[in-house]
Amino acid sequence: MEELKGELIKKGAEAELYRIEWMGYPAVLKRRIPKAYRHPQLDYAIRRSRTIKEAQLLSEARRAGVPTPPVFSVNLKDTSIIMRYIEGPTLRSVFDELSESEKAKVCEHVGELVAKLHLAGIVHGDLTPANLIVVGDEIFFVDFGLAERSKSIEDRGVDLYLLKRALTSAHYRYAELSFSHVVVGYSSVVGEEEAKKVMERVGEIEKRGRYITFR
Amino acid sequence: MRERDEVLCLGIESSAHTFGVSIASDKRGVLCDVNAVYKPPPGKGIHPREASQHHSHVAPSMVKRAFEQAGVSPAELDAIAYCKGPGLGPCLRVGATVARTLASALNKPLTPVHHAIGHIEIAAYATGAIDPLVVLVSGGHTSIAAFAEGRWRVFGETEDITLGNLIDMFAREIGLPSPAGPAIEELAKKGKNLVDLPYLQKGNDVSYSGLLTAALAKYREGISVEDLAYSLQEVAFAELAEAAERALALLEKRELLLTGGVAANKRLQEMLKVVCEEHDARFYVVPMKYAGDCGAQIAWTGVLAYKSGVVVSVEESFVSPRWRFDEVDVPWRS
Repeated sequence: MEELKGELIKKGAEAELYRIEWMGYPAVLKRRIPKAYRHPQLDYAIRRSRTIKEAQLLSEARRAGVPTPPVFSVNLKDTSIIMRYIEGPTLRSVFDELSESEKAKVCEHVGELVAKLHLAGIVHGDLTPANLIVVGDEIFFVDFGLAERSKSIEDRGVDLYLLKRALTSAHYRYAELSFSHVVVGYSSVVGEEEAKKVMERVGEIEKRGRYITFR
Repeated sequence: MRERDEVLCLGIESSAHTFGVSIASDKRGVLCDVNAVYKPPPGKGIHPREASQHHSHVAPSMVKRAFEQAGVSPAELDAIAYCKGPGLGPCLRVGATVARTLASALNKPLTPVHHAIGHIEIAAYATGAIDPLVVLVSGGHTSIAAFAEGRWRVFGETEDITLGNLIDMFAREIGLPSPAGPAIEELAKKGKNLVDLPYLQKGNDVSYSGLLTAALAKYREGISVEDLAYSLQEVAFAELAEAAERALALLEKRELLLTGGVAANKRLQEMLKVVCEEHDARFYVVPMKYAGDCGAQIAWTGVLAYKSGVVVSVEESFVSPRWRFDEVDVPWRS
């Protein structure tokens, strides 16, 4: 394949994101970068398996009814994924401008989608409004770099806790109310009993103070 | 001899295999550090009762030597610090008993010290690190922590066994005496092939029990211990380095401090050094003499704690074999 050149749009600890064109579609190339500290053979094995897992989970999530960017191509040689570029603002950037009823609606919908993800046996691992893209009435979930196959209450609790904390730090005035709408949406999909169990765990995670002031 | 306005604290460490006594001063630092290590027979782990008997046996002569080496008389002390936990109950109780006895006989206040915070403070003292991301690796801990709002906050940790456990348990199964860090490091230097072992880095956490099981299975299959020791180190340390890198990037710390017994491992140091270079952070590692458990970690932290008013009455000087260091208030850093 010819070298795909594009503008670097994000450089994380693990991967670089480039804005490219792919067969005429707006696309993103996410490439996992080698780590000099680890053994080259181990380094490649890790990047390879994570690339495969991320591509799989993006697709599994979409099949479960959670909008995610469609994966166009996976290159295991340079451990990169090409996916559809999702045009739209992040929830984080528009949240404060939304009216109260819009906020409630969006949060409830986010809750429903997180629940669908969890019921499909997936946890996102980095669930913050910066990883949610608003496209009209729909919300796309992006960055499955830390996503895992898991059905544990703890992992589900961490997902919701991270979302709660992100709302609190960036949008504190509406945080409490907004998160209660997330819970309403979550509970409408998984059922009240299951939602209660997860929310109890969120409370425990919060008390542990492990994640305090870290983001 | 005591200097003017000086605060002198005698500290006793006894949480596991080491019985250590040290005297530290807020003006002159660590004045002495005498340690005796209980060594179980090869292929065996620490037996808590036998270790505690070792500690009781050596305690009187160790205390005496500490005073001699520091050139301090008992009456000149301001406080007696002991390791309250975490650790093996019978071992902790020996240190606490000696500390209570000294405190009662000399009429000095008692200061409880958390073992892990001791590892952090002695490393900060020896390296000059101010506000580091801490990577604490020992038999009792594998944690990545940073200080915020009065306490150490654990950012990532092991989900099961510690890095020290992993190394010692592997060593024990292949018939090496524990603590086995240096022996495994030597074996690893002779390894050439990277054996396929599970890399279980989960978000900010690491997991080592699956790695241990897999390594032992490969050992029974007849894979050489050199290759296994090499691969075990490569995989286990890389997991930790990745978690540390994530923490460093997220918290934007400018210093990383490696401490605890496993900090003495050169390959681990090398990996974390590379991580630091890539993130413009200064890399600090605890000096060899303070890497393993020692009296100095308790005496020095005792000085800091005592000066901040952390004291406990003899009646309430309990030990806490299971005590998380993110539950401890650290007023001297606030």
